[in-house]
Amino acid sequence: MSRQANRGTESKKMSSELFTLTYGALVTQLCKDYENDEDVNKQLDKMGYNIGVRLIEDFLARSNVGRCHDFRETADVIAKVAFKMYLGITPSITNWSPAGDEFSLILENNPLVDFVELPDNHSSLIYSNLLCGVLRGALEMVQMAVEAKFVQDTLKGDSVTEIRMRFIRRIEDNLPAGEE
Amino acid sequence: MFLPSQGWPLSPPPIHPDLLAASPSPQFPSASYLTSLGSRPENGRCITKLENMGFRVGQGLIERFTKDTARFKDELDIMKFICKDFWTTVFKKQIDNLRTNHQGIYVLQDNKFRLLTQMSAGKQYLEHASKYLAFTCGLIRGGLSNLGIKSIVTAEVSSMPACKFQVMIQKL
Repeated sequence: MSRQANRGTESKKMSSELFTLTYGALVTQLCKDYENDEDVNKQLDKMGYNIGVRLIEDFLARSNVGRCHDFRETADVIAKVAFKMYLGITPSITNWSPAGDEFSLILENNPLVDFVELPDNHSSLIYSNLLCGVLRGALEMVQMAVEAKFVQDTLKGDSVTEIRMRFIRRIEDNLPAGEE
Repeated sequence: MFLPSQGWPLSPPPIHPDLLAASPSPQFPSASYLTSLGSRPENGRCITKLENMGFRVGQGLIERFTKDTARFKDELDIMKFICKDFWTTVFKKQIDNLRTNHQGIYVLQDNKFRLLTQMSAGKQYLEHASKYLAFTCGLIRGGLSNLGIKSIVTAEVSSMPACKFQVMIQKL
């Protein structure tokens, strides 16, 4: 009986399970620490934001993508490069608003929610809210103020998970007076 | 490297005195998280939480990891599994050195612990190391717990990024 027989193939799956379980433990802990789900959602968003503002640097360093010229291009990079790189999935981009400032990311399967079931008393918990924070934080660092929120979630019985992204404005660099 | 070819029996009880000493030596601020637990209540609480999170993850992970493996021979076999397979899966490397006194104390030494490699190697951040180790302590404890071994796991760093985990088996 060899214990190591199927190591190579297993190891990748195990890493994703470590990731999923660790995220689960994090959310569980937040649920213990805060009284209501809204506070947990807020904390997840905040943690995500803090991850995002750092992650963008890692992303730009690794991915070699250049400047995006419009929001559509940004959407493509997020879905095809960023999600692929960090979560191993490629969400599809749909539901563009006529003005081109809103779109949806559809996640067929969300690696964060493997093994997860929401208990009845946590119906307003947005389990994967960390992702919204990450998107918001990362884009803020490249001069884009956006709003990200979950509008559909498989954990709540929807058939897919949908993150709605809305472009708010371009952040202008405010250089301190006298500096150029 | 890892396992001496002539078999397991390792140098019997050479547990490093620092590990057992209650008070840290003056020139090396010990990062053993039990000591910091007493000194700063806020810090201690966050470490307990991290440890508990690790415990839960360890439980889940070991269950999925061992479902197709052969039954373990004994405690030592389990510890070797933790040091090799489990560690490789989680941290992409093996434990560099495993020592035991054959009386339920194991010391796992990792000379380049993955969660500490991004930190400055000097002494500057030594006191913060315990926060980075608590989760892993829980991971080991949770894994062992689901394999039927009750234990207390503590960690210590004297120079980054090397660290030692001490596992004290609680006899049932």
